[in-house]
Amino acid sequence: MKKTFAIGGVHPHDSKLSRQSAVEELPLPETVAISMAQHLGAPATPIVAVGDKVLVGQLIAEPSGFVSAPVHSSVSGTVKAIEPRADLAGNPVPHVVIEVEGDAWLPEIDRTPNFVGDMTLSAEQILARIKEAGIVGLGGAAFPTHIKLSPPPGKKAEVLILNGTECEPYLTSDDHIMRDRPDEIAMGAQIMMKALGVGRCYIGIEENKPEAIKAMRIAAIRFGGLEVVRLKKKYPQGGEKQLIDAIIGRRVPSLGLPIDTGAVVQNVGTALAVYEAVQKHKPLIDNMITVTGRCLPVQKNFLVRIGTPFSKLLEAVGGIPENAAKIISGGPMMGKAISNLEATTVKASSAVLVLTEKETKRRPEGPCIRCGKCADACPMGLQPFLLYKLAKMNRPDEMEQEKVFDCIECGCCLYTCPAGIPLLDLIRIGKADVMKIMRSRKK
Amino acid sequence: MTIVYTIACLVALGLFFAVVLYFVAQKFKVEEDPRIGQVESLLPGANCGGCGNAGCRAFAEKVVAADSLDDFFCPVGGNEVMARIAGALGREAVEKEPMVAVVRCQGTAEHCQKLNRYDGAPSCRVAATLYSGETGCRWGCIGLGDCVSACEFGGVHLDPRTHQVSIDTGLCTGCGGCARACPHHVIELRPRGPRGRRVYVSCVNQDKGALTRKACTIGCIGCGKCAKVCPFEAIRIENNLAYIDYTKCKGCGKCAAECPTHAIVATPIEK
Repeated sequence: MKKTFAIGGVHPHDSKLSRQSAVEELPLPETVAISMAQHLGAPATPIVAVGDKVLVGQLIAEPSGFVSAPVHSSVSGTVKAIEPRADLAGNPVPHVVIEVEGDAWLPEIDRTPNFVGDMTLSAEQILARIKEAGIVGLGGAAFPTHIKLSPPPGKKAEVLILNGTECEPYLTSDDHIMRDRPDEIAMGAQIMMKALGVGRCYIGIEENKPEAIKAMRIAAIRFGGLEVVRLKKKYPQGGEKQLIDAIIGRRVPSLGLPIDTGAVVQNVGTALAVYEAVQKHKPLIDNMITVTGRCLPVQKNFLVRIGTPFSKLLEAVGGIPENAAKIISGGPMMGKAISNLEATTVKASSAVLVLTEKETKRRPEGPCIRCGKCADACPMGLQPFLLYKLAKMNRPDEMEQEKVFDCIECGCCLYTCPAGIPLLDLIRIGKADVMKIMRSRKK
Repeated sequence: MTIVYTIACLVALGLFFAVVLYFVAQKFKVEEDPRIGQVESLLPGANCGGCGNAGCRAFAEKVVAADSLDDFFCPVGGNEVMARIAGALGREAVEKEPMVAVVRCQGTAEHCQKLNRYDGAPSCRVAATLYSGETGCRWGCIGLGDCVSACEFGGVHLDPRTHQVSIDTGLCTGCGGCARACPHHVIELRPRGPRGRRVYVSCVNQDKGALTRKACTIGCIGCGKCAKVCPFEAIRIENNLAYIDYTKCKGCGKCAAECPTHAIVATPIEK
């Protein structure tokens, strides 16, 4: 029986256009600009100076604070500048700019395609390696992985869940790594299971990726404790809370963490990065990025070095087509529009999506007709129409009563609203206000 | 006959309830200071919230409860209304200069080039949380009109062509609703000035001069020429941005003539 989460959800067309495009390595750009704020938490502090020579995989910035991650150079060359540069939304973020010279890697990184299956490290050593390699959750939120793998005191992990759902339309990068490198992902899962001290791991994959399900099932047989769960296609199945509900049928309590259900969720991309970091000494310096869109002549899956400008990715598919109206980093549901094409890719970048005016245009806004579709679609069981009204009237106390902090900003309400009301836009603002008030109360 | 009974019954019931209600009203009577109603009737009744209270009634309650009028001011009614309230309550009113809202951004399309197009929800608040804006300047007016809908008096206009906001000084009461609605804090309340003479820096861009210049030809680059020329030391440069302190400014306008980017605005003296 195919599983899925119980409440809400929507069914956008999956549009996996780049499903059959083989993975290619993107040629190195002339310069990369590596962001210091690629993860949730405090930005990293650069430890290189202008003029320094760096190798691929060399540490260039150290974490500053508990929730933070180190950053490594994705290319070899000379540090040209350390300065604030605009990110994809145009806001200045500190970047380390490196001029590319050749492609010289740190000698300890194992670049052979050989599969390394034996592992003798202890849980602490694994966590230290993951931390040193700067691995963050590649599902989108970019939360430092080592923190997620060390549950807070008093909480015990029972099961690891790998997220291979890729429920966002258009995206195919996770699909490709599962098809091409299932053993490495399974090994990464084994490593994380050891770090957590759990004996069971579920890999959730949606039914629209039959090749990935087959490949991962074969890999799961080779390694113990793994089970592939075929899931119904439904957005936002890749949400942490939704995936836990879909696979082990437990609900994360309001204001709680996934660990409260005994589950730790990691993306399949993160599992692969963990394998490479622990077994091959390779820090997180590249990732798979889908470049797709109906208006593009070709659909591509690129292996891209972190810090590559988005404009280079678009050049590689023949430039921006005439009828393109919006370029999005990520999927169409939760991705962010790119207002600055000179911005560069970060660890959690997953796709560049080009949409035409027709595809991206919002419905004209009309009055709420009280149909309740948004409440039906909300996977957190909230009432978006009410939260929208409250956010518009600026009433944080009432929003808090309505549990606005549970909102995962998946956009189901906005997607489903027949009146074209910008529900999520306003709710997001209200949520930020409420969270600020709640944090100040804690202090 | 039936009609007579009906009327009699209803009259009897009506009398009975009237008597009950009379005694209940006597028993549960709420004593209210009659001055609250009096003060409220003197207020403009716009319920704009410009004084910081929920409405005119809340303002009146606080005024009556307080000992002095020092901390109270109705920006809409101004000194005239405050003097009348002072007279009614037998207290001293504090004279305050009438304020007016000014928009500190002149970045129209001819000065500030558009780099992208926003097609999200038409609200400045939403756009400001999503990204840095349509132009190279991430500080200035977004031009989606949150201030227009915030104004209770119809005093803010959005030019449909340039997407620039302008304040109708004749309608502006200085309540500050627009200033609170602006996510970029572009709108500021300043004194109306003697005969409408106001001098202010019409820019909020805190980037370095070169960056500001690249994004907008009419922005403040923080060069400091205005501060040098000011005879009253009213201008300070902070975060690459000049600010004219209206408590010191005498409105001579020397800075406006000196400003190389014409970012300083000096309003003409009304005849």
